[in-house]
Amino acid sequence: MAETQTYVKKEPPLFGILSFRGGVKIPLHKDLTATLKIEKLPSPPRVIIHCAQHMGTPAIPIVNQGDRVLVGQAVAEAAGPGPLSLPVHASISGTIVSVGPFPHPSGSLMTAVEIENDGNDEKGEMLPLDKPWKEAALGEIVQKIHAAGIAGMGGHGFPTHAKLSPPSNKPIDTLIVNGVECEPYLTADHRLMIEKTEELLTGTLIIRKVLAAKTTFLAVDAQNLDAIARVSELLSDPKFRDISLAKLTTKFPQGGEKQLVYALTKKRVPSGGLPMDVGCVVHNVATVFAVREAVCSGIPLYQRVVTAGGPALRSPKNLLVPVGTPIRFVLQNCAVDMGIVKKIVLGGAMTGMAQSEPDVPVMKSTTAILAFDRIDEAAKINSCIGCGACVRVCPMRLVPSFLAKYVDKNRTGEVKEWGVLDCIECGACAYVCPAKINLVHYMKLGRYWVEKQRKKGL
Amino acid sequence: MKDRKNDPLSPLLHVSSSPHLRRPGTVPDIMLSVIIALVPAFIGSLFFFGVRSCILTCACVAAAVGAEWAIFAVLKKPIVLDDYSAIVTGILLAFNLPPGLPVWMAILGSVFAIGVVKIAFGGLGSNFMNPALAGRAFLMVSYPAAMTHWSAPINGTLNGFSSAVEGVSAATPLAYFKAAVVSGHYLQLDLHAALPRLFWGNTGGCIGETSAALLVLGACFLWYKRTIGFIIPVFFIGTVFLYFWITNGTGEFFSVRAFYAPLFQILSGGLMLGALFMATDTVTSPITPTGKVIFGLGCGILTVIIRKFGGYPEGVCYAILLMNCVAPLLDRYTRPKRFGEVKIRE
Repeated sequence: MAETQTYVKKEPPLFGILSFRGGVKIPLHKDLTATLKIEKLPSPPRVIIHCAQHMGTPAIPIVNQGDRVLVGQAVAEAAGPGPLSLPVHASISGTIVSVGPFPHPSGSLMTAVEIENDGNDEKGEMLPLDKPWKEAALGEIVQKIHAAGIAGMGGHGFPTHAKLSPPSNKPIDTLIVNGVECEPYLTADHRLMIEKTEELLTGTLIIRKVLAAKTTFLAVDAQNLDAIARVSELLSDPKFRDISLAKLTTKFPQGGEKQLVYALTKKRVPSGGLPMDVGCVVHNVATVFAVREAVCSGIPLYQRVVTAGGPALRSPKNLLVPVGTPIRFVLQNCAVDMGIVKKIVLGGAMTGMAQSEPDVPVMKSTTAILAFDRIDEAAKINSCIGCGACVRVCPMRLVPSFLAKYVDKNRTGEVKEWGVLDCIECGACAYVCPAKINLVHYMKLGRYWVEKQRKKGL
Repeated sequence: MKDRKNDPLSPLLHVSSSPHLRRPGTVPDIMLSVIIALVPAFIGSLFFFGVRSCILTCACVAAAVGAEWAIFAVLKKPIVLDDYSAIVTGILLAFNLPPGLPVWMAILGSVFAIGVVKIAFGGLGSNFMNPALAGRAFLMVSYPAAMTHWSAPINGTLNGFSSAVEGVSAATPLAYFKAAVVSGHYLQLDLHAALPRLFWGNTGGCIGETSAALLVLGACFLWYKRTIGFIIPVFFIGTVFLYFWITNGTGEFFSVRAFYAPLFQILSGGLMLGALFMATDTVTSPITPTGKVIFGLGCGILTVIIRKFGGYPEGVCYAILLMNCVAPLLDRYTRPKRFGEVKIRE
């Protein structure tokens, strides 16, 4: 364990560490779980598998009440031929109890498949590619990734196969595997990089082959010393010689896609564009691991590593959780006293969503389940005094305080002109605001208005 | 829906927009740090002008807080005095008053600053002018005689110079400088001897503005706390320095003598107090980096114009007030270029 105890070692930034302009230093609270091995969560008594777990059209259920399903069996298939839809798979073996609306982490009710566990953990048929991935055709690999239901596991849930088939007029030269994990409390990616390093690097090579990328980075936080040590060790192996390790400054939101692309390539993703517009593709380490599992072992995405953390947990953990497990069940396995929990957040503490129902399930894109016994937002909100702290930290160079004022005053024209659509909702502005204005709330509202207006216009 | 308030298994959860962490530090903390930063200059003023400066400062602060409380009470609005901003206004106004000013005038200026300049426009965060400076401007036009009646500091001279130049008389260093220029005795001024007094503060002037050293000390604290930035003070003071360096009157640029005039100008009058504590007032200055540069330059240029060509010896107050008025406009036209603000590659 000696190597793993070096996680939060305070070192001055070394020359050559990469970063971006803006951002903020945040207490990371990672030392609680950074040294804990990934544990397998006990099988939950029931799971709720949502059909909408990715960006795009929700999947369509293909099972009925009373059906028996096995682990890894698809319970809903991708909708239509449209590229932005994915199948979802059963994460436990058992009987379908119901197919119907369930609380979704987004706050609404969405169609989901509820499975009651029979406790047998019986695996369905999982077929890897019929030949080694090095010899497989690109289409076959992408097809396999699509069939495994892999969506971006860093939080946004963008279907991975779509990122692997860029349009021909946008050649990809750089692949970035994002292991920065700049959010406080989160250590799931960190542990994955230490414990599944070889699989992760193999997954990187698979994606590299599909994209035909010239440069491949594995981006890691410069303070994440044990992961850097472990990865460097394996990178000395000649079969991984095409992957380079990049150490990035510890700063929030360093793991943001656009900030990462800029730090590594000094290219700016154009406003309203995607990293592929500058020839880059960014994948989260968990996604890359899932790609390797799908392609080499045939395992679809039905489980993921989640950090269960936050000040309300007496024993925070890194857990391998079946997708669809109610978050209450996960928290109860971490010695939580539900009576003192005031807030439950799915995802990171800076960008995650607060939940009203403790029974919403874990999704493919759930990086963490955080339970707080206190609420950080101030009860009293001052008026903006124009201190400019939000302007200094905004990684997108916006003026959050003005945007908030324009949204407050209903001035949609200015809201759009001052760039609300460029906001990545990282929360750095609201984090530093001395007046405690809920700036991200205004950004989300402003975006909603502008997009609504745009839809009306069309 | 069953009652979840007292259900330990399914507690009533707080739902709010991200982020779920907030940095400590509030608006009252910022105001408190400004108050702390003004303490050295206050102690200096006690030393230079004695108990008068304490009386005036206390009167201004009490009047400012009292006015705020009274207005909120009359309007039946929730009383918000816990942000300390009225205290800052009171101190800054007092620092801009001559030591001999009658107390009732100081109180009147304070009430004007809070009532008319700040709360009438919506209170903290909505006022478009620096309340303390507007209060001073109000007193200047209402009681010009009292506002220019100066008293000599302890252990120093009124005008900062050790020996009087024949035919020139004025009460403050800047007025003396101007009078000497006007009467053609400029080259006889012993600027070098006046500089230390201006630096430490034992010259005539408003109670809080005379000591450049103590004001900079306070500003260092604010810079350390990141309450104020560098852009506005640097461009403000830099502009004034540059102009008086170029036109220093000795015909030289790089001799030691050539720097006396610009140093004299930046150390005298309200420039340090204005540039470090008033122009940097976050509410009334631009928020964008470019806007701040233009704001600082504008303050500097207006100060030079008033000091050099205007009727007053001092121009900092009006320069800042004028630039306060254009600050919203500056913000509007200096929107920073967004990250990635280009056309998408075809």
